[in-house]
Formats: sequence, structure tokens, C-alpha cells
Amino acid sequence: MTPAHDAVATAGADAHPRIVAALIRITGDWTLAEDCAQDALSAALLRWPRDGVPANPGGWLMTTARNRAVDVLRRAAVERRTLHELAALVPDHTDGPAQEGIVDDRLRLVFTCCHPALAPEARVALTLRTVCGVPTADIARVLLVTESAMTRRLTRAKTRIAQAGIPYRVPEGAALQERLPGVLAVLYVLFTTGYDTDGEPAFAEEAIRLARLLGSLLPGRAEVVALLALFLLQHSRRAARRDADGALVPLDRQDRTRWDHAAIDEALAALATVEGDGPYALQARIAARHATAADVATTDWAGIAHCYDALAALGPSPVVELNRAVAHGYAHGPDAGLALLTQLRAAGGLDEGVATTVEADLVARQGRAAEAAALFRRAAGLARTASERQALLVRADALHPDR
Amino acid sequence: MRYMMFVCTDPEPDADTTDDAEAWVRTNDAAARRVDGDRLGPVSAATTVRVRGGELLVTDGPFAETKELIVGYDVLECADLDEAIEVARAHPMARIGRLELRPFWSP
Repeated sequence: MTPAHDAVATAGADAHPRIVAALIRITGDWTLAEDCAQDALSAALLRWPRDGVPANPGGWLMTTARNRAVDVLRRAAVERRTLHELAALVPDHTDGPAQEGIVDDRLRLVFTCCHPALAPEARVALTLRTVCGVPTADIARVLLVTESAMTRRLTRAKTRIAQAGIPYRVPEGAALQERLPGVLAVLYVLFTTGYDTDGEPAFAEEAIRLARLLGSLLPGRAEVVALLALFLLQHSRRAARRDADGALVPLDRQDRTRWDHAAIDEALAALATVEGDGPYALQARIAARHATAADVATTDWAGIAHCYDALAALGPSPVVELNRAVAHGYAHGPDAGLALLTQLRAAGGLDEGVATTVEADLVARQGRAAEAAALFRRAAGLARTASERQALLVRADALHPDR
Repeated sequence: MRYMMFVCTDPEPDADTTDDAEAWVRTNDAAARRVDGDRLGPVSAATTVRVRGGELLVTDGPFAETKELIVGYDVLECADLDEAIEVARAHPMARIGRLELRPFWSP
């Protein structure tokens, strides 16, 4: 990539949500806004390598997109008021918290894309497409639908926003407090879609960027800070999570020097400002204990087990419960972990593949190698992805080679 | 925007079933957010009318057998969906039953 191409990518990532959000606010036309933002990027790719990168790249993109919108709307003979407002649209480049009374367009866009009256899968897709500017084909590939199905889903969501009367607004007061968790949940899904073993790492980075944006636009919200800290801590392990062949490396075998320590430091500093025990704060505190331990043996497992107890009390979920059994197994011995696992199995609802992996690990730590290997092989048969299956078979063979 | 709010029953009501629909009507009439509304008679009094191939078919009962029945309606005039949701959440049937908000057709 040339410096000019780099400049387009960098300025585009920053300017895209700004441009789309401002054009939607004035024209109310989502598709027009996306097309014009895209046109501006294409124009930059043509012009910047030839003419040089402009002094204010984001402002250049905004002006170009705005002029394009004016052209399109003039041809469609829309009312003069819209054209006047567009003409008055000045590229604004102040970052940081929105000034008193002035709501950042990007925040409006995020809250509208994450509105609870949209289907959950539509919220994720719309946020990726409209706020992050991810091409429809890429979203379709990662969310495992065809491109035409994704195009239809996005079109339906945009139509629904107009028809159902979903406002283009950031809720205020108590309503903001009510709606923020839904927005954070979309970011969480985005991140895990990127972080999952066979996922798209770029989506994890988009989620981090969005969490940063929310944090700067809505300062002082503990759960936003906690979510960003959680993302940074998980993402800090990305380089160590796979070996040279692309196979998954479990936490206990990861080369901790390959973790992104700058990201860890940033997350720890952010987490230190968070009071209270919301779901993301608890998960971030767990991740922080892993991130600051020299190895598995010296990890603060009692602290982690305590956080999982608190998470399970907030709202029990099979994944939390299984991790709780793992943590108790390390904190209070494998017998304690197995006892908890037996209780959880009796209650039902567990993912049997993951439950068997947890059981195998605990049994291995009791010193029963052959039984543990058999359990790992059984778990491999239940694994959902090829890389998980491979990792489980490697563990089985290490304990007790299969003849 | 104008919304039709269908007031429906629900097999799983909230624990809090206190009902003061009169207060809700007074508040929203005063704020000019409620244009019209009423309770409907029992489903046993419903009649379904169809014309097929030019022939009139009249049957008794509602058009579909469901556990969730429409028992009333209100026509709301609200700025947007968020306002309509706030109006609906304050209605006692949000807890006792369920409310469906449907915007009026706009071409």
C-alpha cells in the first residue's frame, strides 16, 4: 500500500460513521448516505495518490460526500430545505465528549442501529454496515449467510426504521440508561463474532473502536469503560492464541510474552476507574487476573472463582456456570470443580461438548490420565469447529496416546 | 406518526396486574396522544366475512384461533416509535397482556 492508500484507509475508518450519520440526519435516506460515503472514499483512492493527501483528509471526505449527496438530491428535486441544510454541513473535527446540548451524529447512528425494535441479527449487521462501513459481502461471509440474503436483511432493517418510526435520536435520561445495555450487547456480539475461533478478527477491532467511540461520547459510564477493558484484555492474546499451523493454543500453553502488553496496561488503567459489579466489569476483572499472572499456577483463581460466583448470581448462563466450575477446580482443587460440574449437569442446559472438556481437564488434574484422555476424545467428537477438535485430540494424545 | 395499538391478552401475565386503564386514558387524552380507542366485545360475538369466487362466506368466531386475543384498541398520535413505546408501557395491559404497535399505512 502506498502512503496515499494508507491515508484513505485511516481517514475513511474515522470519517465513515461521521459522514453517514450526518447525511442520514439531514436527508433521512440511509442508502444515499452509505453510497455517498462510499463514493467519497473511491474518489479519494483516485485523487490522493495523484494530487497528494489533503491537509484535512476527514474534512475532504465529508465535503466530497456532501457534494455528491447534493448532486443526487438536486436531480431528484427534493425540497430546498434539505439542500440548504446539506450546504451548511461543515466538516466538524472535534473529538472527545459531545459538547453540552450537541449530540454527536455518530452516537445517534449507533443508538438507531441498535434499537430494540430491530431484530437482534439486524442490529449487528446494520451496525457493521452503517457505522463501521464493512462491505455487505464481508458481513455475509462471517455471519454465514449469502450476500443477497444479507443485502435483503439490511434493506428490510432500513425500511423498518422508516416504517415503524424508529427515531434517529439518542435517548435521554432514564431512557438512555435503559437502552445503553442493548447497545453494549450488540458490541459484545460483534466482538465475540470476531474473537470466536473461526471468526473474523477485523470485527473484534471494529468492536474495540466502537467501544472507544462510545466511551468518548458518553464519558463516565462504568459499563462502557468495563466493556472496552474486557475487549482489550481478550484481544491482547490474539497473537498467542494460534500456533504456526493455525491451531488453537489454550491459555495455559500460550507464550505470555506475545500478549499485547500495551493493550493490557490500557485496560488495567481503565478498569481501575470502574466501580460496581456489572456483568462486563466482572468479566473484565476475570480477564485482568489472567492477564497479570505469570502462569496458570500463580493465577489468582480464588479471585476469579469469586467473580464467576457473582456473574452467576447476576444471571445464570451455562457458559458462566461451566467457567465457574473450571475456576473453582483451580481455586479449591479438582474435586471441588467436579462436584460443581455434577450439580450443573443435574440442573441441565449445558453444552455437552464444553462440559465434557471441563470434566476431562478436571479428571486429568486428579491424575487419572487414561480416563481424562477418553473424555478429551469424546469432547473432540462434540466440538463445533475443526480447530477446537484438533486442540482436544492433541491434549488426549499428550495424556494417553491412542495405541 | 399515527399508530394503531392492539390491546391483546397474554397467557403469561406479570405478577403486578393492577389495572387503572382510566387514568391512562385521561393522561393520554389530555396530552392529545390518544386519538380514539375502545374495548371490544367477546370473541364469541365475532363474525368473519369472506367473498370467494363471488360467493359470500360468513362464519362465526374470529379469523384465527389463538391464545392471544385482541380485546381492544387505541389509536395513538406520537412523534415516533420511542414515544409510542413509552405510552404503551404505561398501559396496564402491558403487564396483564401485551400491546402491539402498528404504524398506519403511509405510501
